[in-house]
Amino acid sequence: MNLEPTEEQRQIVASVRRFVREQILPLEAKLDPDASELPKEDFDRLTAMVREMGFWGLDIPAEYGGAGVDLVTRTLMAVEMSQHRAGLYAPCYGVFGSAGLAQLYEATEEQKQKYLYPMLRGEKRGFFALTEPSGGSDPARAIRTRAVKDGSDWIINGSKVFISGADRAHFGLLFARTEPAQGRSGITCFIVDTDMKGFHVRRVVHTLRSSHYATELQFEDLRVPEANVLGEVGKGFAIANDRLSRQRIPYAAACIGVAVKAQALAIEYARQRETFGAPLATRQAVQWMIVDNEIDIRTSLWLTLAAAHKADNGQPYRMEAGMAKLVASEAGGRVVDRAMQIHGGYGMTKDLPFERWYREMRIRRVGEGPNEVQRHVIARDLLGAGLR
Amino acid sequence: MAIRMTKPWIELTPAAVKVLPGQLGVYQLADPEGHVVYIGFAGGRSLFGLRSELERALRERPASATRFRYEVNQQYTSRYRELLMLHVADHGTLPVANAADPPTGLGRLAPR
Repeated sequence: MNLEPTEEQRQIVASVRRFVREQILPLEAKLDPDASELPKEDFDRLTAMVREMGFWGLDIPAEYGGAGVDLVTRTLMAVEMSQHRAGLYAPCYGVFGSAGLAQLYEATEEQKQKYLYPMLRGEKRGFFALTEPSGGSDPARAIRTRAVKDGSDWIINGSKVFISGADRAHFGLLFARTEPAQGRSGITCFIVDTDMKGFHVRRVVHTLRSSHYATELQFEDLRVPEANVLGEVGKGFAIANDRLSRQRIPYAAACIGVAVKAQALAIEYARQRETFGAPLATRQAVQWMIVDNEIDIRTSLWLTLAAAHKADNGQPYRMEAGMAKLVASEAGGRVVDRAMQIHGGYGMTKDLPFERWYREMRIRRVGEGPNEVQRHVIARDLLGAGLR
Repeated sequence: MAIRMTKPWIELTPAAVKVLPGQLGVYQLADPEGHVVYIGFAGGRSLFGLRSELERALRERPASATRFRYEVNQQYTSRYRELLMLHVADHGTLPVANAADPPTGLGRLAPR
């Protein structure tokens, strides 16, 4: 396995790095430290620039108008795109485009016309509602939202929590139990419009991630037509799991990007900041933190690239993607923490990006499947599928 | 947790603003009848946090603001949007002084 970037990949990385340095960082310096959106005129201008570069729609399949990049290149780009204050959850403020709800690529043509294509054109926004107050890591058991057939419609009652973007969405994917006794085979995925009667966004769920809040949803006799079932009745669990492994790779890469930037800032500061007559960089305590950062970054990067390489070559990569997510999110937290320590008091302030990264990086150990669940899945792959 | 801000109003005077904390948070301005006319926040770029923002409100007086109330809150970004969405849910519109420059992509809430 050769993980050395090709010449083309080096050029792409250099382009993205220059874009972040010349376009994103100057704008970000004027925004609120917790901002996650650019002013519309800047967003439109930079999106046009990214389209011109041929990079728009990184996660959109080429047949749907996306950039069609392989996952290794996508990983290298994600590492660069996240190297700014908002980069962990809003890499380049979204100007590279979003795949939105990838599950819709498996939709019927009628559903694609109504939801997928408008979403890809940026005309509609969607949300993904799986987690409930009863849990999110084990949807086969935790889902209590109930869908009951009524003529040619389904009537849905229940609630969801920690759902991002539902208050701003036009539609969403909602997972509900259609067969109470059948575990994972009793779950169905529905496409619901947010203007349907009985759909309520009840409250904002405030978290460490101030700019990207979550919401709590409630469904009261929400009537959904049969045509809005995504896939087959009882096959929603597979839809929920679809593409999760693939998404974990850029998720890990964003953690690495933030860690790379934190390390660069820490090195720069350690070289110039003097204590007791000598630069911090001459102190063994600081040197070891810098070294440990580098080990964390490289370990994460190699694991993530290895997972991406396997995926690109059509090999099973669920375990590798889980490892990448797990290692990168934990390593990223340690690197940001050490970089803050090296910066002392300034490291705690909103003058510098560390405090935002520190808060948001903490969420990465829980988001996209908690790291304990990753370990559980990896253990099953190592020890055998029959292990419960 | 109560999601609407229900603290008592404070008269918008230099003396009241002078003793405000320099912390991050959100605030509301109201007219003499207690109708909210503006919702704002003191973010990471506010020099003295809530005190700076309310000093600006004293100088510029959005709409007919005569009173204010505030909440120290590190999650000022999401709380600010929540308060705006709540106002729209309760009154059908943004506060009069926010309507001229609404935040992009404000969502919808249907609180109980």
